[in-house]
Amino acid sequence: MNQDFLSVENLTKSFGNNTVVKSVSFAFGKGEFISLLGPSGCGKTTILRMIAGFENPTTGTIRIDGEDITHLKPNQRQLGMVFQAYALFPNLNVGDNIGFGLKIAGMAKEERRARVDEMLKLIGLPGFEKRYPYEMSGGQQQRVALARAIAPRPRMLLLDEPLSALDAKIRVSLREEIRAIQLDLGITTVFVTHDQEEALSISDRIVVMNSGHIEQLGAPHEIYNKPATRFVATFVGQLNTIEATILDVAAKTVSIDGQTVQVAQLPADARVGANSLLTLRPEVLSIGARDGNDITLTGTIADVTFLGSVIRLRVALGRNILSLDTFNDQRTAPPSRGEPVTISLASKDLLALQI
Amino acid sequence: MNDTTTSPPAPPRRIPWDTLAVAPFVIFAVMFLFLPTLSLVGTAFTDRTGNFTVDNIGGLFSDQIVAAYWISIRISGASAILGALIGLAITLAVIRGRLPAPLRSAVMTFSGVASNFAGVPLAFAFIATLGRLGLVTIILRTLFGLDLYRSGFNLLSFWGLTLTYLYFQIPLMMLTIAPAVDGLKKEWNEAAQMLGASQWQFWRYVGLPILWPSVLGTLSLLFANAFGAIATAWALTGSNLNIVTVLLYNQIRGDALQNPGLGAALALGMIVITSLANVIYLVVANRAERWMK
Amino acid sequence: MKANKFWAWLVFALGAAYFIVPLLATFEFSLRMRRGTYSFDAYASVFADPAFAASFSYSVVIGLVTIAVGILVVVPAVYFVRLRMPWLRPFMEFITLLPLVIPALVLVYGYIRLYNSSSIIPFTGSALGTDILLTGAYVTLALPYMYRAVDNGMRTIDIATLTEAAQIMGANQAQIVAQIILPNILVAILSGAFLTFAIVIGEFTIASLLNRPAFGPYLVGIGTNRAYEPAALAIISFIITWGAMGMINVLGRFAPHTSARTD
Repeated sequence: MNQDFLSVENLTKSFGNNTVVKSVSFAFGKGEFISLLGPSGCGKTTILRMIAGFENPTTGTIRIDGEDITHLKPNQRQLGMVFQAYALFPNLNVGDNIGFGLKIAGMAKEERRARVDEMLKLIGLPGFEKRYPYEMSGGQQQRVALARAIAPRPRMLLLDEPLSALDAKIRVSLREEIRAIQLDLGITTVFVTHDQEEALSISDRIVVMNSGHIEQLGAPHEIYNKPATRFVATFVGQLNTIEATILDVAAKTVSIDGQTVQVAQLPADARVGANSLLTLRPEVLSIGARDGNDITLTGTIADVTFLGSVIRLRVALGRNILSLDTFNDQRTAPPSRGEPVTISLASKDLLALQI
Repeated sequence: MNDTTTSPPAPPRRIPWDTLAVAPFVIFAVMFLFLPTLSLVGTAFTDRTGNFTVDNIGGLFSDQIVAAYWISIRISGASAILGALIGLAITLAVIRGRLPAPLRSAVMTFSGVASNFAGVPLAFAFIATLGRLGLVTIILRTLFGLDLYRSGFNLLSFWGLTLTYLYFQIPLMMLTIAPAVDGLKKEWNEAAQMLGASQWQFWRYVGLPILWPSVLGTLSLLFANAFGAIATAWALTGSNLNIVTVLLYNQIRGDALQNPGLGAALALGMIVITSLANVIYLVVANRAERWMK
Repeated sequence: MKANKFWAWLVFALGAAYFIVPLLATFEFSLRMRRGTYSFDAYASVFADPAFAASFSYSVVIGLVTIAVGILVVVPAVYFVRLRMPWLRPFMEFITLLPLVIPALVLVYGYIRLYNSSSIIPFTGSALGTDILLTGAYVTLALPYMYRAVDNGMRTIDIATLTEAAQIMGANQAQIVAQIILPNILVAILSGAFLTFAIVIGEFTIASLLNRPAFGPYLVGIGTNRAYEPAALAIISFIITWGAMGMINVLGRFAPHTSARTD
């Protein structure tokens, strides 16, 4: 596998005095599904638009398969793109929309029709070629937009928040469909999203961005399990934070709401009496004792949210509120507010963040 | 059931607000739009003694009247088509051409003014500009040695009147087409570019086809607007120019055709032509708009 | 992209030249009355003419009455049709488009034939009657613009919800219209009013055919008799139109924005 099929070096973009992308570099292999993940305004869309050619980088280079495309016009880059609001041409029917790129490329009519049919089958909308965009649901339109983007066999596929205009259910099914088609075609794909669940579920690798720079780059499980920065930890997945007071640096003991606990690691600058922030994922917490959990804490139930298969509890430990999920057991009633509760966790799951 | 049961009390009489509120509008439409038009239609098909006739319609096909209609149609057609094309070009330049935003709002405000700056004052302005003593005429003659009038130009001609009408036709086009141009999504252009299309190809296959129904609609509006105009022409030329509105004006003033029935037929002919422009628009737009809801 | 911008500027510059040159030329011409030097003599001459003041004030009064009648005819109709009789909407749209299709000249011809002194409603039999007819004609002329302004105003504020909300709080129909609907569409109404004013103030065809001493016929009279005053009057008219349109623009900034914006 070509390990730098898409390579971006020292990419910077400023609008006036406002630098929205700050010297970003990354490289990805052919066929990878890459997500650019971050809150709005983090620069992810600007990077995508620079790859597409709609924005000129202030400095830096973009290469695809070794070719410097930094200064090519968008229509010379041979990329496919799917937009957030479908952006289907309203005056063309589905067949002509999908065939647009082929027509521009000068493909003969018969060949074009065959390719359009093939694309319609791929997206599960055979026989839709005579429909107009307004006659279709959002999910169908977005699938047509996907077909239109990949019909001319682009070198790469760019997806600009393609799911965010859709209903929750369609969002999930279309996400799986996009991934299946992408794997099937082996097409390198850059996907921009602010939805961490989307990024985690669909990507080979994720670039987590914040205010113009890369916070972390890695596979979904790395991003989730070993967040490199506090930003990543809080942005990706749910995270509980606990305020603890350090009791003994050598013994690695801290006090949480008056309860003494031994942790696996402390921040590098830990001092006795200083406050430290510990973080943990909701799923590492258990109600009651559990094998392998060496820390036990007691608190009270602050809130109970019934979510169907899962019950989300919020447990108060003094000023700290921890949230944790338990499976809905049909034989027992869910705990009620104000009840005392014992929770347990493994000390290795308690991360001390560099603040 | 026993007989002492009283019938339910009648509901309190409610004031029929909705009927009362819409009535003035309907009465108004009947008095000032329908009846006058119908009366003209009636007159057009009546002879001097009050009997039904189609002679008045036949009378429209005299040389003078046909010529008047024809000049009116040509001037209206030319000023509508040129107004639409130039107006579209300026609107695209201002909205899509990345010109500074304040400029855009200034241009649109000016369009509102210019589209209403019609009639008599417009004629005065063009006399002062392109008349025999107009500033542009003089500058062209003294600075460039070009004598407009000797080279065949005349403000009181077909092209002179068309050029004058463009002063309100172009801004009217800009005002009516601006919302449609605004409705062109930036993503359509970007999607076309990603699919390899040049700017020209985008406009050829996507941009202009989307604008086309709006352009057509405005075209028929511009045509009717110029076709019914008289004040500018009258102030420019007096009764010299043989256009259909001037002819009808003279007829209303002093029965110049010496036949009220023929005058009514003349008016009816004008309505038919402007309606026809609208029908053509509706038919073409219906075909062009099959992609719309 | 650079080329794109160049063309945009070029088109804009050509367009601007076409629109600005006649205004400059007219202004220059209006200053030429005194031989050998620029002066405002033409303007002084215009303002000194009693016929100017008389015809202009006549047109202003007719314009104001036209606006008042137009509002009374259009606003209640649009409100109740939107609220209770939506099936009437296509009919209203059609009617309000008619004045754009039927030339004013044709309409006034119809009025003169229909409402002459020997008819059932002899509008043209007296000066007052003719003034009423003229006002009616102007309301008709302005109908498309007034209707669209008011209709747009009511669309942005979602009158159905506002009306229901007011009804639940116990307001009656008159209170709803006066205290809820009108204040909210005031800007739209005023926009329609200024547009009406701009249309009516210099109108020539109808006023001249009905023989009323309005500003439009006065202008034509000056045009045939004088040399420099017409240019001055063109500039004055342009300034009046600009004033009316400028007011619409200023008012637009106070317009309520729809709460259901999707952008």
